[in-house]
Amino acid sequence: MRFTYLIYLLFISLFFNCKQPKEYIAKIEGKQIPVTDSLSENAEIEAFIAPYRAHIEKDLGSILAYAPKTYSKSDGKFNSALGNFMADAVFDEANPIFKSRTGHNIDMVVLNHGGIRSIISKGNITTRTAFELMPFENSIVVVALKGAQVDSLTHYLSKAKTAHPISKLKLSIDKNFNVVDATINGEKIDANKTYFVATNDYLYNGGDDMTFFKPNEGLFVLNYKIRNALIDNFKKVDTINPVIDDRFIQLQ
Amino acid sequence: MKRRDFIQQASATAALVSMGSLGLQSFTSIPKTTKITILHTNDVHSHIDPFGAEDGRNANMGGVARRARLIETIRNENPNTLLLDAGDIFQGTPYFNYYGGELEFKLMSMLKYDAATIGNHDFDNAIDGLYAQLPHAKFDFIISNYDFSNTILDTHTKPYKLFKMDGIKIGVFGLGIELNGLVDPAMYKETKYLDPVEMAQEMTRILKIQEKCDLVICLSHMGYTYKNNPEKISDLKLAALTKDIDLIIGGHTHTFLPKPTLVKNSIDKTMLVNQVGCYGINLGRIDFYFDTLKNKSSNGTAIVV
Repeated sequence: MRFTYLIYLLFISLFFNCKQPKEYIAKIEGKQIPVTDSLSENAEIEAFIAPYRAHIEKDLGSILAYAPKTYSKSDGKFNSALGNFMADAVFDEANPIFKSRTGHNIDMVVLNHGGIRSIISKGNITTRTAFELMPFENSIVVVALKGAQVDSLTHYLSKAKTAHPISKLKLSIDKNFNVVDATINGEKIDANKTYFVATNDYLYNGGDDMTFFKPNEGLFVLNYKIRNALIDNFKKVDTINPVIDDRFIQLQ
Repeated sequence: MKRRDFIQQASATAALVSMGSLGLQSFTSIPKTTKITILHTNDVHSHIDPFGAEDGRNANMGGVARRARLIETIRNENPNTLLLDAGDIFQGTPYFNYYGGELEFKLMSMLKYDAATIGNHDFDNAIDGLYAQLPHAKFDFIISNYDFSNTILDTHTKPYKLFKMDGIKIGVFGLGIELNGLVDPAMYKETKYLDPVEMAQEMTRILKIQEKCDLVICLSHMGYTYKNNPEKISDLKLAALTKDIDLIIGGHTHTFLPKPTLVKNSIDKTMLVNQVGCYGINLGRIDFYFDTLKNKSSNGTAIVV
């Protein structure tokens, strides 16, 4: 009984002790908890996500075109059917926009081989195919370049030993990887003329060591994603039929 | 799994409290322990669904609905829980491409995130794209070294935030990575990057000295460490250069750590730096046990990681 009394006293003293004593960190425990499939799902969250997922799945799965065979960026040494398709698609989709805004035509397109992130498999081409080919958000820009800068561009391509996708530019190099002939619209590149070169914002900013976009005579930002250009292009054709051609070759 | 336990200067008084001993306490002070649980993620990058069974690296890992359940369980155990994210919420799956971050913010709000800092990829739809999604976020964005005053984000972020849980005052401030060279200036516009070490000193002065916080946490998207560029500011560098930060929760470098890193700060006091990889594969958990019985002379904090 005396003990209970003591507890009572203790509580009373606590009650009247208004001042909160300062607390200090006595112990810290740290760990990492893996989020694995052994954890059950929160049903409310899952139900919230479901309609978003369904919409994306439906959209990604929607059939845009057909591929009669499988295309890979490594199919050709200096140009590939897949790379040609992508560079041509960027020209076909971006040029009407550029023309309507500036009155000029795009003279050529250059992309980078590394920017082709997957193959196109034989069969149906879906929106997902476009996401796989181009998962990044890079957008098309058009750069006004003097002919001398275009020479730096062709020099870069000649030394890269890579099938960087190009369109409307025709380039042949010798066995020592020197430029033999470079033409745009069937004409030799004029050092004093200004050319409108379409590429993506990543390359414009020096990606893949493409330093030839600066200095320039002007930059036109189309706010048009490469991926959306591909999707728009797929929608226009029933069956794609890109080929390896003579746009970039090495003379023996 | 057997964890290695590091006991640093384990104090006898802490042990007494864990035994619930009341008998030896003075009648004038309340013997009390308070447990504060800090949960954290970083670089989730729009990974809302778990990885598929066929994934080469992270098969069946992650997923917001599972993380929600895990967080729920921990909050039920300890309501004194803070849930924080160290940035790069955006970009990585079609959820971001299709909805621009709306779903990420809505789900984080449903999970009751308390705060997040801003990562470089959160500018991927430009500063306007981030601003447009803010109405979906019912949590604060905390960042002290980005000056947004000439941008649309002005007044929409906080340099620091105070939380009070069971009498414990917690101060959280945020630090972002230098954007120049990493993000297209057209994306971040007139955001000004301020020196993170100077800002950390200013923030800790406010939080520790002015506000008398019991716990100071830095939410960072600066990166854990840069082996090939040791001059570059990182979480490990910041930790060693400053004082009065108890925990740095990091991001950006997608660093998977076997356990939180113990770092000696500028006054030789041990603090923690943690990061939990990326894509919502892991949830970080740090428990801070507070008591009134600290033997001030022995600086007796036991750190078990």
